[in-house]
Amino acid sequence: MAVPSFLARERIVARPGFNRWLIPPAALAVHLCIGQAYATSVYKAALVSHFEASLTAIGIIFSIAIVMLGLSAALFGTWVDRNGPRAAMFTSACFWVTGFLVGSLGIATDQLWLLYLGYGVIGGIGLGIGYISPVSTLIKWFPDRPGLATGMAIMGFGGGALIASPLSRQLMNWYDPAYDGTAGTTPSGSAVAQLFLTLGLVYLVFMMFGAFIVRVPAEGWKPAGWEPSMVKHRELVTTASVSAGNAIRTPQFWLLWVVLFCNVTAGIGILEQASPMIQDFFRDGDTSTVAVTAAAGFVGLLSLFNMGGRFVWSTTSDFIGRKPIYMVYLGVGMILYVLLATVGSSATWVFVILAALIISFYGGGFATVPAYLRDLFGTYQVGAIHGRLLTAWSAAGVAGPLIVNGVLDTQGTPGELVAGNYRPALFIMVGLLAVGFVANLLIKPVAARWHEPEHRTTTSVREGAAR
Amino acid sequence: MSEPQQTHTPVGLIAVAWTLVGVPLAYGLYQTIKTASSLFG
Repeated sequence: MAVPSFLARERIVARPGFNRWLIPPAALAVHLCIGQAYATSVYKAALVSHFEASLTAIGIIFSIAIVMLGLSAALFGTWVDRNGPRAAMFTSACFWVTGFLVGSLGIATDQLWLLYLGYGVIGGIGLGIGYISPVSTLIKWFPDRPGLATGMAIMGFGGGALIASPLSRQLMNWYDPAYDGTAGTTPSGSAVAQLFLTLGLVYLVFMMFGAFIVRVPAEGWKPAGWEPSMVKHRELVTTASVSAGNAIRTPQFWLLWVVLFCNVTAGIGILEQASPMIQDFFRDGDTSTVAVTAAAGFVGLLSLFNMGGRFVWSTTSDFIGRKPIYMVYLGVGMILYVLLATVGSSATWVFVILAALIISFYGGGFATVPAYLRDLFGTYQVGAIHGRLLTAWSAAGVAGPLIVNGVLDTQGTPGELVAGNYRPALFIMVGLLAVGFVANLLIKPVAARWHEPEHRTTTSVREGAAR
Repeated sequence: MSEPQQTHTPVGLIAVAWTLVGVPLAYGLYQTIKTASSLFG
């Protein structure tokens, strides 16, 4: 599928002397916008009230978007690699913004299916393309620090919710003065429709800014003073290239798929239930010692650790290696989950520290995986391989809440649960992390028979550029 | 084959780009820390 010439890869090849530090803000401009997907809880109650629908019927919007994220990343990954980041960011912006506009129309005309189609399906496609759009470009610009580079971008996805949540509250307050953002007040449907319209237009400007400043390095470019041989000493780091088609035929890809699935499922288990969970852990009879406002503060704190973990742990992986850092995410994660289940209710600060660390590992797992893929399969089609791997996220997005909600349903009624009721779900997460830990241990270098011949990868890059 | 033309990325452009993404991020961080502080209040 050809793209207009102003979006083409050959139009954005950087000339010698270009400063690579212009690329992270381009990536952040996209990820900060699409990260809004994590802020849907801000208007969830308003949509339930506006459509007179159940929480599940509204919650499905987010689920559709995450499933579409994984599917579109997998389907369009090769297209993104071939046409470059500008075409991908531009396309992502068009889908993401159209999703908001169609969603806004759906709210304004009381048609829930339009919200499913708009924000869920169309917006979800924008999410998938946008998520992978800057990743392979960043890895190519920062071959010396791929973990830092992808950590910066994917940190943006976590940061997007940090911006969208308070901004959405403020905007809905402007559009519906009766709503003041405190517990007990709900914005009108019209305010949410106007919010969607505003966010769509703001995101259009921001994402287009990213699309138009992004550049790809010229073939053979490398940072001054850096040689590929400098990273070759690690067992899992290859200088060879594996195509996306071949990558999914290797055990390494599927082991990493399991690793990501387990890590994300375990993290979602906490994220999904964060607010009621902290109140239930410190429940005494009908009341909890943790107030609703404090529970909201806990959710905010988790967002900070989710975002910070993406940057800090991914950057750390540049120094200690990808496999060891996943041993930390999964191994230490298991210990933290056991502690949460056993001593988590002893004091609020113990619960908060344990949960925050777990969520930082959840974020770290997302941010480190592109660099892990680059180590195993090379930079040749790392964007397309990353796209295919993100189906693990979609699967985890369904499995995580299903496990936690399914177990809690057997334990009692929401609002009456206590710490002990969470133990079965938490121990299931420990088991999942153990599976992920073993899968990570089994990852070995990719066999040479999957490597592309040297001439083929350079020819393909040129062909891709010429298209 | 001719040598590709040399370029120079203005420091101002890099500063503007980082400011454009940094300011909203700082706003989000501030608001989130303010909300999170209620946990310890």
